[in-house]
Amino acid sequence: MSTEAVPAVADTAVLLDARNVTMQFGGLRAVNDVSLQVRTGEIVGLIGPNGAGKTTFFNCLTGLYQPTTGSVFFDAAPLPAKPRLAVRAGMARTFQNIRLFHNMTAIENVMVGMYCRTKTNAIDAVFRLPRHRREEVESTRRAKELLDFVGLSGSGDTLSRNLPYGDQRRLEIARALATDPKLLLLDEPTAGMNPQETRQAEDLIFRIRDLGLAVLVIEHDMRFIFNLCDRVACLVRGEVLVEGPGAVVQNDPRVIEAYIGSPATQDGSGDA
Amino acid sequence: MRVVIPDEFKIRFRYPARALGLLGAVLMIVSIFLPWAYGHDALDDMTFWGAPSPLQLFFVVLPVLLGLLLAIPLVGKQRLGALARMVAWNTTAKTAALASLVVVVIATASIAIELGGLVNVDPGAWVALLGGLVAAGSTPFLPDSPEPTLDRLKSPAWVQILGIVAVMAAALFLAAQALSYNDAGSFITFAALLVGLVLVLRQFGVFDWLRVAGRSNNRVLVLSAFVVAFLFPFTQDGKDANMSIAAQVLIFASAALGLNIVVGLAGLLDLGYIAFLGAGAFTAAVLSESAYSHVNWHPPFIVTVIIAGTVSSVLGLIIGAPTLRVSGDYLAIVTLGFGEIFRLTMINLDGNDGPYVTNGSNGISNIPDLNFFGFDFGKAHTILGVDIGRFANYYWLMLLVIGLVILVFTNLNHSRIGRGWVAIREDELAAEAMGVNTFALKLLAFAGGAFLAGVAGAVKAHHDVSVTPDQYVFLESAFLLAAVVLGGMGTVMGVLIGATILKLLPEKLRFFSDYRLLLFGLLLVVMMRFRPEGMIAEERRQLEFHAEDEELAEEVQEELALYHDHLHPERGSFEL
Repeated sequence: MSTEAVPAVADTAVLLDARNVTMQFGGLRAVNDVSLQVRTGEIVGLIGPNGAGKTTFFNCLTGLYQPTTGSVFFDAAPLPAKPRLAVRAGMARTFQNIRLFHNMTAIENVMVGMYCRTKTNAIDAVFRLPRHRREEVESTRRAKELLDFVGLSGSGDTLSRNLPYGDQRRLEIARALATDPKLLLLDEPTAGMNPQETRQAEDLIFRIRDLGLAVLVIEHDMRFIFNLCDRVACLVRGEVLVEGPGAVVQNDPRVIEAYIGSPATQDGSGDA
Repeated sequence: MRVVIPDEFKIRFRYPARALGLLGAVLMIVSIFLPWAYGHDALDDMTFWGAPSPLQLFFVVLPVLLGLLLAIPLVGKQRLGALARMVAWNTTAKTAALASLVVVVIATASIAIELGGLVNVDPGAWVALLGGLVAAGSTPFLPDSPEPTLDRLKSPAWVQILGIVAVMAAALFLAAQALSYNDAGSFITFAALLVGLVLVLRQFGVFDWLRVAGRSNNRVLVLSAFVVAFLFPFTQDGKDANMSIAAQVLIFASAALGLNIVVGLAGLLDLGYIAFLGAGAFTAAVLSESAYSHVNWHPPFIVTVIIAGTVSSVLGLIIGAPTLRVSGDYLAIVTLGFGEIFRLTMINLDGNDGPYVTNGSNGISNIPDLNFFGFDFGKAHTILGVDIGRFANYYWLMLLVIGLVILVFTNLNHSRIGRGWVAIREDELAAEAMGVNTFALKLLAFAGGAFLAGVAGAVKAHHDVSVTPDQYVFLESAFLLAAVVLGGMGTVMGVLIGATILKLLPEKLRFFSDYRLLLFGLLLVVMMRFRPEGMIAEERRQLEFHAEDEELAEEVQEELALYHDHLHPERGSFEL
């Protein structure tokens, strides 16, 4: 199913282009010479065992880290060096361990996401000038729309700390979408979710793709990722082991070995 | 410390407890018709039979409330109807009994101290003390009542407006009354009485009701608060002593509110904030027509104010731009250093060590009074038959300034910028990763807070007549910060109250001012232990201090949902 989607997006523009990215912390080379492309309208998965460097690579992509060598191009321009500017350029992310603003309500969280797309300054706010009013009305409307989109219609006034776990994950996605991104990076979006919530998350990511966004997902849940992604890259010890359509990566003996060890003694089925 | 009385006792003893409580209340009411003191000099002369002094009359409010709280439930739940559940009768009675006892003890102690010995305490005080002890000893045996739900009472708009206006009028009357006491004993007794009354009313649910009423009639609330504040000079009958204190309180409160933007909203610790007030004051002094200023340009005051604010905020930018990259304790240390650098610089701009600007440690004195279109701030004017003195003029000017400060504070807080500040306080890294320009927002808080302090400083220069560097020492920064923390970070009302307490008490109580560092230090320690969010808590701040309190989280959520001004952006949000 996912393999059919590849030709459809193959000729769309390359949105994210990471070229030979290497990230060195002292003596530790967390990411080694990784190249990855993501096209508009594509869902790309990034898998790999714990400590493979997935999140470090993610941080290189979002401007949180500066790669030691290599370069990242976003939308045909070099990626700005600061997370804030990367967001402005159209890159939004969620966090592996949820980092919502816990004492703000759901709708306020989403509206913080809109910060970089609004321009109300201190003078506008103090004197309640038209721009303040216009942007507040517009942001509120858009925030409600996004909460509806991720399925949190009734929870706008709930403090995010009071939301159930699965809803917090969805709120994080809504907050990221509020920055009006071209590419959404999801760091383990289904961690800690039950199978039903996972299915809902899958559905949500498809709908985000259908909006015309590109999605890059880090995930451990193999069934989830092979269902979802057009392409999957497997990262092991900081290097890309295999990259390709889900079916190819799924059956690659090196991937199976990386996850469950060498198949020399037993026949591994790869159903990780 | 807290004595827990088992519920079975409370059930078994509920009738005797109520009877004894009523007896205590009656004893205290009777006592005001007896003399409390042997000499005329204690408190406001409580030596008469059958003719209570004003202070005794004020005091009797508490026992009367206690009696009513204990007696009214006797008519039965059926006849009370909804009120039976809306009001926490028993719990409020406990508070009232305790408050009465405390006031009696303070009054008795004042009499004994002022007249030199317990022998001067007359039977009336002993009867009151006995009544207080009986009431405070018996009421804890009453069963606890559930939380008051007076705030759910649906009242028509005119009742709400009337309630707000009545409370404001009472506040004006009581504030004027409190300030009229000049001896320590009377002042403390009256202050304790007020605190007790506020606690009783709070337990009763009056303030919850008022909060709801204030929210739906915000304009009335704000307007009546300012009208009351405006009317205050008329209660003073031309006496300058209290107006001087009031003007100082307002200057102090405006600076504290400016600091509250930095500390309460943006969450940055600034220990050198007084420097910005100083920068504004020096700017205004240098631009004034004082003989000690060698600058020959004397712009109109409104221009001076803007320049003073701008100078302060530029200083804020200069100090903020390099230091806001460090956080927490480091920022505190850098700002602490900045405060000292400012003071030393002002001392050295004396013409010997540096260019002549500030006349060194002597400062700039003889700053002339303001004059707006022929209205001389230095002269007394008679308005409506009441003398309005010099300090009252400055008091009114400061009222305008503090109005501006509150406007800036609340409107920034309830905007995109305020949301950004909350996000920074919650998780700075996540805020940055969501595209919030955290550095610019922190800088804005710094510069904006500095601007407001500069404006307040410009008025302060004319009010104080002279500006010297030693007025702007670290201790003053610490007091401003204490006002913010004590009152409640992130709130307007709390900081107003905190600033009033910190400025008023040392002025009214001589002995207090000798030990004020010790006492304020103790007060802060106690507050940090028992109520770190301050006297008036900002909901989100409260949650930050009590992260694991799920019940509180639910309450705050309800509160925020009611409050949601982004959902009503068409409403102005000038709020107290």
